[in-house]
Amino acid sequence: MDETGGQPAVKCVQPSESSLSMFDKILIANRGEIACRIIKTARRMGIATVAVYSDADRDALHVEMADEAVHIGPAAAAESYLVIEKIIEACRQTGAQAVHPGYGFLSEREAFADALKAAGIVFIGPNQGAIAAMGDKIESKKAAATAKVSTVPGFLGVIENPEHAVQIADEIGYPVMIKASAGGGGKGMRIAHSADEVAEGFARAKSEAASSFGDDRVFVEKFIVDPRHIEIQVLGDKHGNAIWVSERECSIQRRNQKVIEEAPSPLLDEETRREMGAQAVALAKAVAYDSAGTVEFVVGQDKSFFFLEMNTRLQVEHPVTEMITGIDLVEEMIRVAAGEKLRHAQDDIKLDGWSVESRIYAEDPTRGFLPSTGRLTLYRPPADSGEDGVSVRNDTGVTEGGEISIFYDPMIAKLVTHAPTREQAIEAQARALDAFAIEGIRHNIPFLSALMAHPRWREGRLSTGFIAEEFPDGFALPAPEGVVALRMAAVGAQIDHLLNERKRRISGQMRPDEAVRFTLERSVMLGNARHDITIAEAEGQLAINFAEGTQVLVASGWKPGDPVWSGTIDGVPAAMQVRVILNGVQLSHAGAFADVRVYTRREADLAAIMPEKRDGGATKQLLCPMPGLVRALLVSEGQEVKIGEPLVMVEAMKMENVLRAEREGTIAKIVAKEGDSLAVDAVILEFA
Amino acid sequence: MKDMLDRLEERRAQARAGGGEKRVAAQHKRGKLTARERIELLLDDGSFEEFDMFVQHQCADFGMQDQKIPGDGVVTGWGTVNGRTVFVFSKDFTVFGGSLSEAHARKIMKVQDMALRMRAPIIGLFDAGGARIQEGVAALGGYGEVFKRNVVASGVIPQISVIMGPCAGGDVYSPAMTDFIFMVRDTSYMFVTGPDVVKTVTNETVTAEELGGAKVHTTKSSVADGAFDNDLEALLQVRRLIDFLPANNLDGVPEWPSFDDPEREEPSLDTLVPDNPNQPYDIKELITKVVDEGDFFEIQENYAKNIVTGFGRVEGRTIGIVANQPMVLAGVLDSDASRKAARFVRFCDAFNIPIITFEDVPGFLPGTSQEYGGLIKHGAKLLFAYSEATVPLVTLITRKAFGGAYDVMASKHVGGDVNYAWPSAQIAVMGAKGAVEIIFRADLDNPEKIAARTQEYEDRFMSPFVAAERGYIDEVIMPRSTRRRIARALAMLREKETERPWKKHDNLPL
Repeated sequence: MDETGGQPAVKCVQPSESSLSMFDKILIANRGEIACRIIKTARRMGIATVAVYSDADRDALHVEMADEAVHIGPAAAAESYLVIEKIIEACRQTGAQAVHPGYGFLSEREAFADALKAAGIVFIGPNQGAIAAMGDKIESKKAAATAKVSTVPGFLGVIENPEHAVQIADEIGYPVMIKASAGGGGKGMRIAHSADEVAEGFARAKSEAASSFGDDRVFVEKFIVDPRHIEIQVLGDKHGNAIWVSERECSIQRRNQKVIEEAPSPLLDEETRREMGAQAVALAKAVAYDSAGTVEFVVGQDKSFFFLEMNTRLQVEHPVTEMITGIDLVEEMIRVAAGEKLRHAQDDIKLDGWSVESRIYAEDPTRGFLPSTGRLTLYRPPADSGEDGVSVRNDTGVTEGGEISIFYDPMIAKLVTHAPTREQAIEAQARALDAFAIEGIRHNIPFLSALMAHPRWREGRLSTGFIAEEFPDGFALPAPEGVVALRMAAVGAQIDHLLNERKRRISGQMRPDEAVRFTLERSVMLGNARHDITIAEAEGQLAINFAEGTQVLVASGWKPGDPVWSGTIDGVPAAMQVRVILNGVQLSHAGAFADVRVYTRREADLAAIMPEKRDGGATKQLLCPMPGLVRALLVSEGQEVKIGEPLVMVEAMKMENVLRAEREGTIAKIVAKEGDSLAVDAVILEFA
Repeated sequence: MKDMLDRLEERRAQARAGGGEKRVAAQHKRGKLTARERIELLLDDGSFEEFDMFVQHQCADFGMQDQKIPGDGVVTGWGTVNGRTVFVFSKDFTVFGGSLSEAHARKIMKVQDMALRMRAPIIGLFDAGGARIQEGVAALGGYGEVFKRNVVASGVIPQISVIMGPCAGGDVYSPAMTDFIFMVRDTSYMFVTGPDVVKTVTNETVTAEELGGAKVHTTKSSVADGAFDNDLEALLQVRRLIDFLPANNLDGVPEWPSFDDPEREEPSLDTLVPDNPNQPYDIKELITKVVDEGDFFEIQENYAKNIVTGFGRVEGRTIGIVANQPMVLAGVLDSDASRKAARFVRFCDAFNIPIITFEDVPGFLPGTSQEYGGLIKHGAKLLFAYSEATVPLVTLITRKAFGGAYDVMASKHVGGDVNYAWPSAQIAVMGAKGAVEIIFRADLDNPEKIAARTQEYEDRFMSPFVAAERGYIDEVIMPRSTRRRIARALAMLREKETERPWKKHDNLPL
């Protein structure tokens, strides 16, 4: 469908009826990738764009992309992106007729929509009434029930005694959840699979609730085992029309934060999909919804589905819907905001292929997903492309040399792929992740790659507990196995061969006409695993023959210095990330990582004699590396710190230097005080 | 004839066996390779030609007449590294602990003499117990002869030492006079007097590692230029270093085809220098984005980190890089940084390696410890080194170039051939605040006036343009085009010639 691979092509259904009323200029009250994404569509529609930016975003991509930019204050969002008056003032200043809020920030603030209306500026989003109706959890559930949307069965009234509880549970069907009315988190929550368990659980939940919350009221509702998160995209206009535009499944979440989304859902059949869509539209119509919105459902593995909430804004994961429907949701939002009628009827919506999105976060998956900030010394996303029905789209808000600051959401980009089938879309996603190089900060691409390679994900057996169940002990970089190991060994050998061929051309050789030769019998070390190989040239490719009999053919235009190796392995396109290490390279591919060193057989034999170096030896004290003034102590005694966490800021030579934890541990004692003037090697703090 | 051939093979086998299986096994157990294994890894496959395999000592004292092992504790010869000739000697710890006898010293002298005659680099691999005490003064004489040759060859051919085991007493001075010393972590140490003597003389209890391990010499003493985890890693890195180095002081730098476009632009460099002048940034990002393929061989990485030195290539030809590091002590010049950089500059100059200087320096480090430690003379070493250098000098000021340090860092005045500045450069006697507090001392109690004056000073001097107006800066360049500009400058400077008056040698402020 989409030849450009970038924004989806627009299905021309009807000519826009009132281009006269279309905006000339809109302001985007947001930052990062979503601001950039909105600007792209606006530009394509011939609408001028205004960006707003805080101190921290002076050099940000969205500022560069927009036609105009207005500075709206300090870095903290509460003093800039969240200040309604500043946004309205920026509109006045630039003559913007409408505001697209993106997601987050002011996007679901009723007060913002009100204030814009008062100022005579159009809010590119739903009417205030719809925001208000859906903004409140209880109100929205009531509205959903009224609109005959399926909600989680339960009894919200006061339950008198265990018998009453059992009676209710029997009616709802097992398992059920018994929950403290006043509760939060997991406290006072019980799951019961039988009448006996309900009776027992009720009594205990009641006493726990009384002791924990001083309120012994409990309620019972159906417990959805292994729930999945599936949501329906809806579109409405100001003329009472509403349609649903396919579903998205976002079950891969980490602590309620979506990580991977796809459309359509591998769970739904046509009938369930239609039913969910119909209910979502019913709800949208009930609140006169007149923009793009999302109705979220919790779905059981048996395809039973129950309303969760409605988001009255553009979702982060909207691109997967765009990819399979060809509809530009931002464009539709702008058009309906300008008063146009929906250009699509329900029957026009056809699903085409499969789309998968990964969220790229600035966080370290190997260290408890600790956020990471700093300068993007390297940022090379895979190019947007569309070939053979497979397309790659990268919605990004940063550029190489940009700064990831502590002030905003750590999501830096969304990588979206689209292909005829789910398997192909996942394959394309895995390859695109392999070709996505970021340096300077820690990021979750290794984790995303591992997810893409995960068999349970590939089979579509998802639930919102997926990450907690599959990675109970957190995430560690996996070593390559099987065919992935052979591929990585082959690429390592090809890289080494290329470097050796160049070494043969160094000037000043003893016999210039007879350049030095390197043996083609080599040993590839993947970490400590040794693969003996023989290299042979084979018609533009390099044949890597493994001692055990396998042959792998590689070809690539990779050059030293390139952060991504891309080429073909046995004729199939593939990518690997390459980082130079001492006497070798570190390769990552298909969710696996290895330090790769290519030796002669003799070198490999002798390497085996080399002692294993144990890590550690890390000192228990944090010493001041320079004479300086302690500006700020960022930790306290007894605090547990992770590697890379900032400990103290020392000012030296008028420079602010942040000293970070080089190991995990507990702060036993803080020796220095803020304002202390320290000499080199003075003890700042001690670890336990 | 067959008999004679067999006898040769027999004697060769005997020599190659070194100190015997048991000692070889013990060496391996310590995580160390034997002298011959090390040479194998250092040189191209099968390129080693051994000399003096059958040499034996002539000592007849203390029962030594009954203990003779061919080779006498050192393996010597020559071979190639990526086709280029190098000479090598490798101490054999399995034979008399690698100790130096008169015969042993003669073997080393022979390859030293040949390396100098052939104008080819020489690499010494050290793993030895010092002088052979049974020989007494004959061994000492041997040391002296080796030392003398080190000095004669200095500045003519590169000399590299790799410490791969003990290196103590007389053994340390030969490496000390070579161009580079590398060490192997945990298995090597270097000191003039060992822990036992230290204990006797000063009553200080110290381990060999604490006294002279790789960590001490790469971070505290600056004796060593780098350290590696094991023998293999060290030897492969020495091969990598050899690829950067000219064979001698006349040949010029080696060259190989570069995969990297000399015109490559790096837009991210436009945001390398932060808006806040008090915020540091990593100068190594600039270095790796300017050199070919991001390949940078750092020298003395862990010592005086406020200055970065090392080798890279532009258009496939070796360059030396000296760069102030704002990440450490704001990149200030102190005694250690000055000595480190001065030695590196002099090496480059001796071997015709062009020098690129990246400058962001707030000045010299103030304080009693610096002044008492002789900062004046140490700082002068760097000034001296740059001023006497006749190789192409290309300088780029990225941010601060304050005070005397501005002059020192390959400024136009001391011989910079092409001096660039980024628009973020600030070339001044000192920072605005300090300057105003001196010039307008009378207004010190009036913060408003001071602020206005500071602004005035900043507007006037905190830019590259005052210097550019005087021609001290040849051009203000866009950060993103740095690689292209440097590559062109280096190409233009290839035929640079500088005349200097004849002198026996200079008198560097040691």
